[in-house]
Amino acid sequence: MSVSRRDFIKANAVAAAAAAAGVTLPGAGKALAAGDDGIRWDKTACRFCGTGCSVLVGVKDGRVVATQGDPDAPVNRGLNCIKGYFLTKVMYGKDRLTKPLLRKTNGKYDKNGAFTEVSWDEAFKTMAEKWIAARKAKGPKGIGMFGSGQWTIWEGYAAQKLLKAGFRSNSLEPNARHCMASAVGAFMRAFGIDEPMGCYDDLELSDTFVLWGSNMAEMHPILWSRLTNTRLTKKGCEVHVLSTFEHRCYELADNAITFHPQTDLAIANYIANYIITNKAYNKEFVEKHCNFKKTPTDIGYGLRASDPREKAAKNRNKGKLSSITFEEYAASVAPYTLEKASELSGVPAEKLERLAKVYADPKRKVVSYWTMGFNQHTRGVWVNGLVYNIHLLMGKISEPGNGPFSLTGQPSACGTAREVGTFTHRLPADYVTKKDAHCKFAEKIWKLPAGTIPRANGKTDKADQSDISGKPMGKTLIHAVAMHRALHDGKMNCFWVMCNNNMQAAANMNDESYPGWRREENFITVSDPYPTVSAMAADLILPTAMWAEKEGGYGNSERRSQFWRQQVKAPGESHSDLWQVMEFAKYVKVKDVWPEDLIAKQPEVADKTLYDVLYANGQVDKFPKVQVVDEAGNKYDNDESEYFGFYVQKGLFEEYRRFQFEGKKIGHEMAPYDDYHKARGIRWPFIDGKETLWRYREGYDPHVKKGQGVYFYGKPDGKANIITAPYEPAAEVPDDEYNLWLCTGRVLEHWHSGSMTRRVPELYRAVPDALVYMNKKDARKRRLRDGAKVKIITRRGEIVTRVSTRGRNKPPQGLIFVPWFDASRLVNKLTLDQTDPLSKETDYKKQACKVVKA
Amino acid sequence: MQHRFMSEKAGHTFKASKPRKLSRRKFLTDIARTACGVGFFGLGVGIYSKPASSLPALALRPPGALPEEAFLAACTRCGLCVRDCPYDILKLAELGADNVATGTPYFTARTGPCEMCEDIPCVPVCPTGALSHELTDINKSRMGLAVLVDQESCIAFLGLRCEVCFNVCPVRDQAIRIEPRPNLRSGHHALFIPVVYSEACTGCGLCEKACILEEAAIKVLPMRVARGELGQHYRLGWEQKDKAGGSLVAPDTEHKFNLPEGVKYDYYGRGLVDERGAAITMPGTGEAATPFSSNPLDTLNRGIREAK
Repeated sequence: MSVSRRDFIKANAVAAAAAAAGVTLPGAGKALAAGDDGIRWDKTACRFCGTGCSVLVGVKDGRVVATQGDPDAPVNRGLNCIKGYFLTKVMYGKDRLTKPLLRKTNGKYDKNGAFTEVSWDEAFKTMAEKWIAARKAKGPKGIGMFGSGQWTIWEGYAAQKLLKAGFRSNSLEPNARHCMASAVGAFMRAFGIDEPMGCYDDLELSDTFVLWGSNMAEMHPILWSRLTNTRLTKKGCEVHVLSTFEHRCYELADNAITFHPQTDLAIANYIANYIITNKAYNKEFVEKHCNFKKTPTDIGYGLRASDPREKAAKNRNKGKLSSITFEEYAASVAPYTLEKASELSGVPAEKLERLAKVYADPKRKVVSYWTMGFNQHTRGVWVNGLVYNIHLLMGKISEPGNGPFSLTGQPSACGTAREVGTFTHRLPADYVTKKDAHCKFAEKIWKLPAGTIPRANGKTDKADQSDISGKPMGKTLIHAVAMHRALHDGKMNCFWVMCNNNMQAAANMNDESYPGWRREENFITVSDPYPTVSAMAADLILPTAMWAEKEGGYGNSERRSQFWRQQVKAPGESHSDLWQVMEFAKYVKVKDVWPEDLIAKQPEVADKTLYDVLYANGQVDKFPKVQVVDEAGNKYDNDESEYFGFYVQKGLFEEYRRFQFEGKKIGHEMAPYDDYHKARGIRWPFIDGKETLWRYREGYDPHVKKGQGVYFYGKPDGKANIITAPYEPAAEVPDDEYNLWLCTGRVLEHWHSGSMTRRVPELYRAVPDALVYMNKKDARKRRLRDGAKVKIITRRGEIVTRVSTRGRNKPPQGLIFVPWFDASRLVNKLTLDQTDPLSKETDYKKQACKVVKA
Repeated sequence: MQHRFMSEKAGHTFKASKPRKLSRRKFLTDIARTACGVGFFGLGVGIYSKPASSLPALALRPPGALPEEAFLAACTRCGLCVRDCPYDILKLAELGADNVATGTPYFTARTGPCEMCEDIPCVPVCPTGALSHELTDINKSRMGLAVLVDQESCIAFLGLRCEVCFNVCPVRDQAIRIEPRPNLRSGHHALFIPVVYSEACTGCGLCEKACILEEAAIKVLPMRVARGELGQHYRLGWEQKDKAGGSLVAPDTEHKFNLPEGVKYDYYGRGLVDERGAAITMPGTGEAATPFSSNPLDTLNRGIREAK
């Protein structure tokens, strides 16, 4: 049935009039639904932020033609944000890549050649040659892979195996390093186990919400609508918002706190001090469940060792904890009086006191939320920990309505990057490459000889691990920012970027990343569906299947894992990241990358490929290829299974799951593969068919025994750490010349670097350009009108944009805010490659800049 | 971008802004109007411009434009405002285009809204004051009024997190405000409803342009079309009290109540407050809030006897 424009408008108008009059017209809704005929609906997870909304995808004639928020999903109950509304369109940008492209001149690879279509075979052959050579010549850090919290769970797991076990290199990092590494660091230090103890139900169960460096209104839009609903409907509910500039969350704030950058450290310490001096702390809880620790101070800013700020640091990169008493802890926070905190932060004393009181009030339930304001922080691990301190002092943790909760930015930052452990130092399920025993456990599961995985220090059983380079393995850890430095310096020669836009994201593009990628001997591969800034700077581009073009699984911020089936085929010769990782493994032989003494332990592998030993290992290929069907009998493709001949995703997931059940670490248990295809997400730990909502609390968490009450089982004695850390200034503070703080961030309408959302015409029209949000007085001082073209200049570079003094973000005087989604003006030319020395996460929020008329 | 899923709706994307076919009659009036506007300028042009005053909803006048009739009388069709618009959004109406009096300046919000330059360059160049030179603060211009005309399609009303119109509005948080309300359907989320306030809306049209729907749900309409008017015989008590800084009549006396021990009655605020710990069902909340018993049999047995 076709509906003409006139009919449509008429039907709409009639329905509107009917709705206004309170009557339902029979048939009035039918005209609108007529186009849905023949659409097959199936569930998926939204591929944007860490909220984890469930989405139903409608497919007709092999194409996604519509989506809808899943009304049965508890997270979003049928709703989506503006990005989710346009999910249909993100896969169908006009400029999808469909063939591998290699830089060539006269038919041969040339670093400065033009991108030329090549076959997958040629692409992988060229790549393998470069990778094998670099691995031999430069050791385990000679190659590197930069993945993503947007990888599906099995993509991350397959990459984990390829790099750590196959290539014997720990040079694997996710863009989650730039996103929540500080949160992880603090979770591990305080609780010995990663990820939040609470869940989204706290959004309804709490009566006080404190946002520390989170613009939830724009970045976790559906969670914000739940929080708002609670604020509107619950008596006495309060919202406290802390930020360095005024943003959309301030619209709902009962207590809006704009503080000077970096002084969140002082504010959090003041609150602890308030709790202690007013004797409000939960003495019984603290005595039973907490230890007190201190961390080394003056630790530098994660810059290159040659930087004077690093040379001046007394305890550069140090984080080893030492025990202190409660009294020593109390003394350490005592200097943070209300007056001092107010003076340092520029926040009126009564606002700080009001915040301290809600934490200290035993009758109030408090959840603290944070995102990048806390994580992208040169003292990120510290400041995350300072908030845990407050919750632990009050015992307001691990129970309905009470707890600290770090929100993740990416759809599977938890599910893939953290749980699978696609970081240089991690293995699945919180095991780490630092520990010989953990590596041996992984080698056992993977059916590989002991000593295959490079240890962080390059030693197994206290002896050097041998390497294909002929030298001892040496230290093997290399984090994301260090990878770019290594490329820049020629120490790393091959780099593979998947599922993210690192050239637009990584800080200090002019001095570090771009020269590194374009260095003559370096070979950069970028897998992407679209020609991004990263793709432009690459040598080989691999066209990638995205989201519903593959069978996938994501894990959101509340430990909820959600799976989906492949809905449609990818265009042209595109293949998923999973296919790419596994297929590439066929081009590398074990003897190309393993030394003889290691091969000698399992001689039959010598002539095998990495694919054979990693994926055709009798475990991953255990489950036969099947026709995927849903409950209604609809049939679905699974292109990877079809190609490799077994149920690839299930095999990888079930092998991965063994890490959760067969080792010493508890609390990561997930459900069997097939369960996830039936459920709207399942929250782990999943034991005896039951999900866990609040961890470490008796009755809610099956790992806590009867009578224990609360037990932080990530630590040997079941006690969490309260770790004191002081206020220390930022790395680059505004001065007379560079006289403004530059803070970068995001907007609701665009996802990260905008490679998908800027290809949706409506979203592009809504927010075409990244503007610089500026205080009116700062603009006036520089004789700038709203809309004026300006240059933003830092010590590293400059960009041109327009001024907005009346936009969604209202910075205080002395600070500007620029979003980074806009590929036409690269904010990362401005940002400083500073990191938290402990978590190695970049601080994109604090650098000095100046703004002049362009 | 062409998407199959759009094909059903594709028919109604944006035809409205295409030039319409000229009818013979329309052509003649326009010719006459142009001739008169030029030939008899200043000599009772009002008579001729009367029929043209029904400015179509999609065409908007530049900032500072006099009321439509006066504007048509004063505008010489010189095009200087068009020349000085830095964003090139102003156009001179061509014969028959968009039903706008030929030669007069206008803009179409959906394709080119007014960017609200702080220095309003289009105004001072107007030689006749058809664009009033008294307008020096762009926030005081009234080119029209944004109206959320289609609440059925607006995804904010459906609970989706959009708010694009609010986010692009240059008169931040005054012309369009977000008013959160509980989403009764989901029971867990809030609706973020954009509400336009005529006291601050300039009618620039940035919201209409940015609306992500295929046909904008928010549109800028000429003020006289857009606004309703409250009867003078009724006043809004809460606004009057705010304005007066207190009650218009003598304040209420103190009230005291017979209450059991431990129970308070907060007359102006929370009502009955039981500090003994037990929750008390308040009027208007919980089960008592509907006329129905929780047992459906009660309602069924009561039957239609009570129905009027």
